[in-house]
Amino acid sequence: MNESALLGKSRAISPANIVDARAAFDKPLMLDCGVGLSPYTIAYQTYGRLNADRSNAILICHALTMDQYVASPHPITGKPGWWVDGVGPGLTIDTDRYFVICSNVVGGCMGTTGPMDINPKTGKPYGLDFPVITIGDMVRAQAALLDYLGVPDLFCVIGGSMGAMQVLEWAAAFPKRVFTAVAIAGAARHSAQNIAFHEVGRQAIMADPNWMGGAYYAHGTRPTAGLAVARMAAHITYLSEAALHRKFGRNLQDRSRVTFGFDADFQVESYLRHQGSTFVDRFDANSYLYITRALDYFDLAAEHGGVLANAFRGTTTRFCVISFTSDWLYPTRESREVVRALNGVAANVSFVEVETDKGHDAFLLGEPHFEATLAGFIAGAAEHRGLKW
Amino acid sequence: MVSGSPLRLDLQLIAEMVEPKTRVLDIGCGDGALLKHLALTKDVDGRGIELSPEGVAASVTQGLSVIQGDADTDLTDYPTGAFDYVVLSQTLPAVRRPKAVLLELLRIGKHALVSIPNFGHWRVRWSLMLGGRMPVTPIFAETWHETAIIHPCTIADFEALCRELDLAIVRRVAVRQDGNGSFETADTLVNLFAEQAVFLLGRG
Repeated sequence: MNESALLGKSRAISPANIVDARAAFDKPLMLDCGVGLSPYTIAYQTYGRLNADRSNAILICHALTMDQYVASPHPITGKPGWWVDGVGPGLTIDTDRYFVICSNVVGGCMGTTGPMDINPKTGKPYGLDFPVITIGDMVRAQAALLDYLGVPDLFCVIGGSMGAMQVLEWAAAFPKRVFTAVAIAGAARHSAQNIAFHEVGRQAIMADPNWMGGAYYAHGTRPTAGLAVARMAAHITYLSEAALHRKFGRNLQDRSRVTFGFDADFQVESYLRHQGSTFVDRFDANSYLYITRALDYFDLAAEHGGVLANAFRGTTTRFCVISFTSDWLYPTRESREVVRALNGVAANVSFVEVETDKGHDAFLLGEPHFEATLAGFIAGAAEHRGLKW
Repeated sequence: MVSGSPLRLDLQLIAEMVEPKTRVLDIGCGDGALLKHLALTKDVDGRGIELSPEGVAASVTQGLSVIQGDADTDLTDYPTGAFDYVVLSQTLPAVRRPKAVLLELLRIGKHALVSIPNFGHWRVRWSLMLGGRMPVTPIFAETWHETAIIHPCTIADFEALCRELDLAIVRRVAVRQDGNGSFETADTLVNLFAEQAVFLLGRG
């Protein structure tokens, strides 16, 4: 076993410090579409312990296809958590110091109520009868979970990509409950291009005959082909052209020449097919439809009279906005719009554009500059709050 | 007290002019040395803008609130009167539109603290007059083709601009830097003997 693997082992969160649980709510979750969702369940994980004055809670908001398994193995794939390098004892988000919470978003498929769950009115899975949800709904569900856990406010709410949108929504909707907000590789709204890519994914799912108008649960089938194509298309947007080229170039897959057919001749094809086929094992196609819709509907400025700065007026939250140079899904200019709005209300904001060629997914890939900046920001904020452990 | 390397001379002078517990915006804050110093010694609520990614990362890593941005384009975002002091140290000759930036400083801040290297210093004049070459001196340390300074000015030039813009010079400290420290230069000879100057400006 090599040194880093040993090191990794010593940094794992002790099972005694991990809670993997579900909270059930009868009081309806009032959704932006006007429907009250009831009953509903939120599946979550927590790491570490809430301190005596309940001031050390960090909420991690997950991205589109992630879930609450941030730093402990995924129950379906068995793979390590999606931010295992950043969350743990002695790491950037130090579970020896902070009480870390991550919950599966409403509409998801890892235990929180979503379209695959039973609709109490019909006794059958919701399918497309599940109400359309928004980023705001996700955040209200998280707020309900905090109430349930007895956490009055958050030292920090942090997330990348869709997680960053939840972070911004948190800061706008519950400013008094957020001491620091860290929005990584995100945006205050979905662009036409963002919506366009999502629509390709949704149409791929809906074109799969096994989708059956969203009612596939009753037929024992799943639109795996459509969902895999959706994942493949989306995955391209998570990487930069340079990263794809560096990884694959025009290299051929286990062959010395092209086959004049439609097999995966190129390594990049094989890689994408693999991404697609493994994704369908852990994700529900209808959840993909609903969550991508929530992203498309997100427009924080529109929620505040068309002026983004209005979302943050009077805020006392300390913000940290981070973008990546090669991210073309949520490019730096989107983060800069958020920073401009925050400056417009003289908010306390830090903003760093991290140089990397790894594209949007750089936030998951442990860029050293990114980790150091984040660690410094969190340590500085902890000092300002006078946190004690 | 502050650990690490001593603060650059003009930053020390600027720090001395800042009242405790105020709001300070440092434009072109570099690695955040002044902001850190002010946070530790004067309990100020500090923010910074810095162009270089390395500077921003170094600042934020120290827990300072600094954004990556450009004095020429990003000051318009800030509301009027948002800060007690807006600091521009050694940066004015490097911006594209010094006049517009100077006006912005005093829109955003009740006061501006500006330090400038003095192009009127005798060493600079000497180099041009006798050598016929652009000066390379302790304070103008880089050659003409490498320096970020695109609008060099003298103390007299700067004061003329302040008069033109109707900005009040509340205080001026002009200094000559020796190996062991600095002293204020006599008024009449400032433009010839001071290597740099720090100005506390107010709205006229």
